[in-house]
Amino acid sequence: MTTTPVMQADNIVKELGSGAGLVVAVKGVSLELVPGELTLLMGPSGSGKTTLLSILGGIMKPTSGSLRIADTVIDGLSAEDLAKVRREHLGFIFQSYNLFPTLNAIENVRIALDVRGIKGFAATSRSEEVLREVGLGHRLTNYPRNLSGGEQQRVAVARAIASSPSIVLADEPTAALDSENGHAVMALLSRIAKEQHRSVLAVTHDPRTLGYADRVIRIEDGRIVGEERRPEGIDAPEITDLTKRRKLHA
Amino acid sequence: MVFTLALRNLLHDRVRLAVTLIGILFSIVLVAVQLGLYLGSSRMITANIARSNADLIVTTFGAKSFEDGGLLLGDRERHQALATPGVESVVPLVVAFAEWRKPEGGSSRVVLVGADADDQGLLPWGLIQGTVEDIKAPDAIAVDSTYLSELGVNGIGDTAQAAGGRVKIRALTEGIRSFTQSPYAYTTLNRARQLLGADDDKSTFLLVKLAPGANITEVQNDLAKRLDSADVLTKDEFESRSLKQWLFRTGAGLALIGGAILGSLVGTVIVAQTLYSSTKDHIHEFATLRALGSSRGYIYKVILAQAGLSAIMGYVLGMIIALIILYLSRNSSLPLVMTPGLAFWLFALTLFMCAISALSAIVKVTKIDPATVFAR
Repeated sequence: MTTTPVMQADNIVKELGSGAGLVVAVKGVSLELVPGELTLLMGPSGSGKTTLLSILGGIMKPTSGSLRIADTVIDGLSAEDLAKVRREHLGFIFQSYNLFPTLNAIENVRIALDVRGIKGFAATSRSEEVLREVGLGHRLTNYPRNLSGGEQQRVAVARAIASSPSIVLADEPTAALDSENGHAVMALLSRIAKEQHRSVLAVTHDPRTLGYADRVIRIEDGRIVGEERRPEGIDAPEITDLTKRRKLHA
Repeated sequence: MVFTLALRNLLHDRVRLAVTLIGILFSIVLVAVQLGLYLGSSRMITANIARSNADLIVTTFGAKSFEDGGLLLGDRERHQALATPGVESVVPLVVAFAEWRKPEGGSSRVVLVGADADDQGLLPWGLIQGTVEDIKAPDAIAVDSTYLSELGVNGIGDTAQAAGGRVKIRALTEGIRSFTQSPYAYTTLNRARQLLGADDDKSTFLLVKLAPGANITEVQNDLAKRLDSADVLTKDEFESRSLKQWLFRTGAGLALIGGAILGSLVGTVIVAQTLYSSTKDHIHEFATLRALGSSRGYIYKVILAQAGLSAIMGYVLGMIIALIILYLSRNSSLPLVMTPGLAFWLFALTLFMCAISALSAIVKVTKIDPATVFAR
């Protein structure tokens, strides 16, 4: 298994506002993401984790610092070039799912392929494939309003992985879900990281998600204040028990 | 997916879609009616010129339209024209406004047209009763059936008085409308001269046919030199002069065109407003698309597709209503005209109108910050 980072952030700083209202939301963060790992970025509200996720996703530009996604250093790229990097390397999962209410499950996945130029039969069959992968083979033509929160988030996961991105970024993927669905979604993200050899970074402050992490980065007041790794030999809770999960918490 | 998303966005809010379609429909109907009237008026104004069997038309100097010639051309001009190289025939035509006295009392005005059937210069067309031969009979006259009640007659056999003499309806036409609202009344050349009290050699126009192989420009120039008190025009030039007189000097055409422009503007504003509010409502979805990596062009396509679909739906509905109005106007004195060309241009105008309307929505999405996807 390669450990070459698919994302490398170096001394990222982000200032928001100006003058007396200036806030430094991210203060010199450096991190790397490698394939096959589910990384959690944890911290209290207002710690800068969502701002950092936006920067790592090429959506928000940092005030300073450097960011490499796959082989592309994205510093100074135009909005269209950043969109191209997102198309080619990134998949996104949002807290509120951000599904298109007027499109059914399969269309919600297809549109993510469509913006990447994958159309027609290839897009349909790939969309069906990933929806089956996330356990929604029986809900292909259901609209978001007819899906539960957990099912909607699984559609969002399917949309994120449909184009086989090397990095999946998730913003509070379990925040709007009940315990059962929260665990199901985290298990799914863990499986995506392991089986599909992708790098998954999830921003969360939900302690239920800890047991699924290979690595936990803690952020407070815009700075990384700690990093933990899952001890060797302990699997994610989908294949292990609660005792082992508690060990990781400790 | 672009069209699927655009269509679903449109159908998502049925009330807004209805408002959009009513806006386009209103606009299309208004423009179709105005341009249909313009086209109908143009055809009425030029119909007699277009139907005349001539390559060149000699008019009195400065004649502004078919109805404005006077009776100033005589044998001198006719013979000069006949003597011009390249001229095969010269047919005199009399056209003049005349008072029409109704048999039951009262009067109105007609445009008396005098031409001999044997000359084949200008014959009434669209005959539904009687023949061209019937018009040769003494006192005979042909009028359009649309104007029977206006002329105070019921049909064939009825008599009235035109200018200074008695006339009898011997033929009826259908479809010969008059822009001036004074119906055309067709009779023979000499009968027209008698009714108008004109000399035997006088005419309003000379219809010139060229000999085979003659160069029309050369003959026109040659005739113009010889007939210094007259104008020598091609049919197109005379049609254009007549249109200018009736549609633009009177302001009627400007009013029709102004109405069409106003209709387009109202439609554009309504569609722009609804497209903008639709885009605003779906702004979070467009931001999600941006976050997923879509180019701006992809989102523009969705908005333009929404505009295009609105245009197609609005156009179809608008044309249905316009065609119904067209059908209802067919027997009126000012029927609307719809041609395939006008229908095509109306469609192009609808598309253009909707594309322009999409601009405000496009400006809105250009400013989308994809980072807002994390803010919800």
